[in-house]
Amino acid sequence: MPVSPEDIKNVALLARLSISTSDLAEVTERFGRVLQLVDELNTIDTSEVMPMSNPHDMEQRLRQDAVTETNNREALMASAPAQEQGYFLVPKVID
Amino acid sequence: MVDTKLLTTPVSQLRQLLQERDISSVELTQAYLNQIDAVNGALNAVITICREQALEEARVADAQLAKGQAKPLTGIPILHKDIFCTHGVRTTCGSRMLDQFIPAYDATVVSKLKAEGVVVLGKCNMDEFAMGSSNETSYFGSVKNPWNLDCVPGGSSGGSAAALAAGMAPLVTGTDTGGSIRQPASLCGITGLKPTYGRVSRLGIIAFASSLDQAGPMARTAEDCALALTVMAGVDAGDSTSADMPVPDFHAALNTDIEGLRIGLPREYFNDDLDDAVRNRVMTGLGELEKAGATLVDIDLPHSHYAIATYYVIAPAEASANLARYDGVRFGHRCDKPKDLVDLYLRSRSEGFGEEVQRRILVGTYALSAGFYDAYFNKAQQVRRIIAQDFHRAFEDVDVIAGPSAPGVAFPFGAKQQDPVAMYMEDIYTLAVNLAGLPGLSTPAGLIDGMPVGLQLIGKPFDEQTILNMAHRLQLDTDWHMAHPNLEISAS
Amino acid sequence: MNWEMVMGLEVHLQLATQSKIFSGSSTQFGGAPNEQADAVDLGMPGMLPVLNEEAVRFAVRFGLGIGARIGERSVFDRKNYFYPDLPKGYQVSQFFAPIVCEGLFEVPLEDGSFFPVRITRAHLEEDAGKSVHDIFSQETGIDLNRAGTPLLEIVTEPDFRTAEQAVSYLKALHSLVTYLGISDGNMAEGSMRCDINISLREKGSEGLGTRSEIKNVNSFRFVERAIHSEYARQADLLESGQTITQETRLYDAEQNTTRSMRSKEVANDYRYFPEPDLLPIVLDKEYIEAVRASLPELPEAKRARFANEFALSKYDAALLVPNHAMADYFESVVKSCGSPKLAANWILGDLSGALNRHEMTIQNSPISANRLGGLIARIEDGTLSSKLAKQVFDALWDQEGDADQIIAARSLKQVSDSGALETMVEDVISQNPDQVAQYLAADEVKRKKLSGFFVGQIMKASKGQANPKILNELLLRKLTDQS
Repeated sequence: MPVSPEDIKNVALLARLSISTSDLAEVTERFGRVLQLVDELNTIDTSEVMPMSNPHDMEQRLRQDAVTETNNREALMASAPAQEQGYFLVPKVID
Repeated sequence: MVDTKLLTTPVSQLRQLLQERDISSVELTQAYLNQIDAVNGALNAVITICREQALEEARVADAQLAKGQAKPLTGIPILHKDIFCTHGVRTTCGSRMLDQFIPAYDATVVSKLKAEGVVVLGKCNMDEFAMGSSNETSYFGSVKNPWNLDCVPGGSSGGSAAALAAGMAPLVTGTDTGGSIRQPASLCGITGLKPTYGRVSRLGIIAFASSLDQAGPMARTAEDCALALTVMAGVDAGDSTSADMPVPDFHAALNTDIEGLRIGLPREYFNDDLDDAVRNRVMTGLGELEKAGATLVDIDLPHSHYAIATYYVIAPAEASANLARYDGVRFGHRCDKPKDLVDLYLRSRSEGFGEEVQRRILVGTYALSAGFYDAYFNKAQQVRRIIAQDFHRAFEDVDVIAGPSAPGVAFPFGAKQQDPVAMYMEDIYTLAVNLAGLPGLSTPAGLIDGMPVGLQLIGKPFDEQTILNMAHRLQLDTDWHMAHPNLEISAS
Repeated sequence: MNWEMVMGLEVHLQLATQSKIFSGSSTQFGGAPNEQADAVDLGMPGMLPVLNEEAVRFAVRFGLGIGARIGERSVFDRKNYFYPDLPKGYQVSQFFAPIVCEGLFEVPLEDGSFFPVRITRAHLEEDAGKSVHDIFSQETGIDLNRAGTPLLEIVTEPDFRTAEQAVSYLKALHSLVTYLGISDGNMAEGSMRCDINISLREKGSEGLGTRSEIKNVNSFRFVERAIHSEYARQADLLESGQTITQETRLYDAEQNTTRSMRSKEVANDYRYFPEPDLLPIVLDKEYIEAVRASLPELPEAKRARFANEFALSKYDAALLVPNHAMADYFESVVKSCGSPKLAANWILGDLSGALNRHEMTIQNSPISANRLGGLIARIEDGTLSSKLAKQVFDALWDQEGDADQIIAARSLKQVSDSGALETMVEDVISQNPDQVAQYLAADEVKRKKLSGFFVGQIMKASKGQANPKILNELLLRKLTDQS
């Protein structure tokens, strides 16, 4: 499936990446090459095959419902780029 | 003064020297730190050095050794790939996004090794977020191959492989999502083991593709890998995908008798596309195993061809979600003066991630987006099962599957940078093993024009022992793993 | 034009686990910002989720409680979108294979009939954090304490036609989940939040109109108002020939209107895919049966039992049962006094009234069930008239002791001794010959009215403690004897 620069721009927005106009053609071209590679998948019949998410088809283990963590805010927020009064800060969001 | 021969001595011998008090951990640690100081400037394999902390850990180890309380790895210096979170020590994942990130926790692998009394010398350079096969995608610059400074060391655990080959540590950790331990091990002439998926906890390892990532040891010998895996492996309550399987003492159980073992050679690996020189070296290695009593049989892995397409849908798709947390809010790079929320996201992420990482996020996002999920992601997961079934069928007849670790020797910088697909082909013999979740090991198989090449051994699920045994036997019968680069590095 | 509303509801129910769904942090409400968020909740690099068994059990309890099919193999998925209160950039939820599959919930209505609501599914997911807009002038603050709180999202088919049906469903759901003990149901703290999908169509038509989704309404009253307001908005638009935009809206309680949510303007593509850090939850029959065996008596069964065992009216049962604590309280009162009817009257009357006035709930009622039972027992045995009983009730409320202690302390005992009463009656008759004559001359109807005079006199003389029943009998006999 061929992709257009417009497609790439839409996917980039979905992924919250910005692509400069000057890079767009090259990004699209290289993206297209990868897509061509994976389009190979269309040549194999998988109609009867269960998708595989985990190589061993294991089952989920469960954890006991117990509070094991105590307040560690100072250490965990030490690498926060913007914080005040214990809050992470982002530009004003309007709902 | 420490003999420089020490720098190429395997862990299995170093631990004896330590336990017999022929050398102290402090001396050993200092020797490796000196070597790092001497050669890292040229190689760029190590991006964080924990000098004081390492010497302190060495002193603690020496005290334990003196009291006779040593464990198998007590006092052994190691380097961690910079994808393992280390409490209080910068952990970058090779990215600008995390160039200031200091975790408040250790990865399970790190804490297990710590509990063993190892000495952490520092953190190794790597392809950004483990996405690459040449170490050229690191924000901290390329790593040079110690065998030829004009060539790549492979990737993504290229810093780890180069550091070990250059004698900066006797043991290093790596991770392998599509070949990231085995391919650089091959290109740097060392032994690297990717365990079965679920064998080693992923907790605290910065995620690339969760259903494929697996950590493992890289060392001079298979014996050292067995020592390290015994410590690294085991179920972890903090990782739901870690397997609740008994962990043998891989080292104690090493068995050099490979008589009667059947080694499958996939026709799809040994076809006309395989480079003749690589074939020659791999076949020579397999010939040694045959001499030792193993039987070589041709097998089919009929869907091998699809592995690369399958991988390059699943890995980017999982990565696109795993890397969504890097948004400039709680940690990591944040752009200067964001004007609104969307600006914060767009600029922080585009500035923080390099080109290859962004490409994979785009591909993964695309493969999951409305209208493409069935054609790409779901389809790839179906083909993944078919590929895994190929292996399981083959293992009904053979004990081990063998092939090359990489399509060639180390290549010059820039050779494959313009074409992502050419770079992806570097992992053509390794990534199906990740898709099937199997253990795989690369062991040196000699040199081609002075550059190392690896032989890959693939085992049944959770049967790391057999491939370790086989590699160990090969290393007893040959000296390819003892070849070291002739490092004549000027103090530049 | 005559419009019909078509609504489906999505309820986000916070499950009452101690720790979060994927981490060991506390779920307690009201902590200082980000003090109850660990590395997993913050989505720190390398962190992995581990599933809380209680969240799974609670989801199964709910499924069995509404007779739904339990997914024997359910799977977590990642729902991908960027928002500052969503730390990982994806929410772990269940999209392809939920833990609770289709079911039918019979919602009791006030008239005693049932309104069937088809439950599409209920799935486990993690809650997001909170954005705080009013602390910083230029910025929004992010508090991730709530991130990772287990939620059960309960989704219905578009079966609702009126706001009343929707509210009845929510009330019944609230009652059910508190009975099941899977949620505290505290709506003010956001334990139960409702999204309303609402569209209009011409009455009689079968198709569906374009719907809007009203997000996060957190009280029964607001649900009702939001629906009415959104109905009016959509009807106005349609009647003026305009179209409805499919969008997410917020209910503004102060203005009593809904408005479009700006942050949801960009169309989302959630890119769901199976969460590779978690494995399928596989529940065998044994597990499901063990959970089933542990279910408490549920509201419907209790309603039927109360009607049977205690001969309660449907009306009383409908008021007592939905509140689990009140139903338990009622049973305790009955146990201690043996009078279901009086117990129901006192709980639904004086006690509820007093609790409401003091903004208290029955859980922290100052009058224990035992003490209320003690009061009722004294009414039953004739010790207290209803008037005296109210005095004792007030004293019980003020914690002056139990009923017997209060009766003794205040000498409130009703005079039932017929000898003493007889003397009083005779005294009054002899002191009021005119009134007696009047009485005797009157017809049946008038006599009843005139007897009030004598009762009043005697009550005054006895300081209100004469047993009215015995007094009336005596008085009638003595007056009749005069003729």
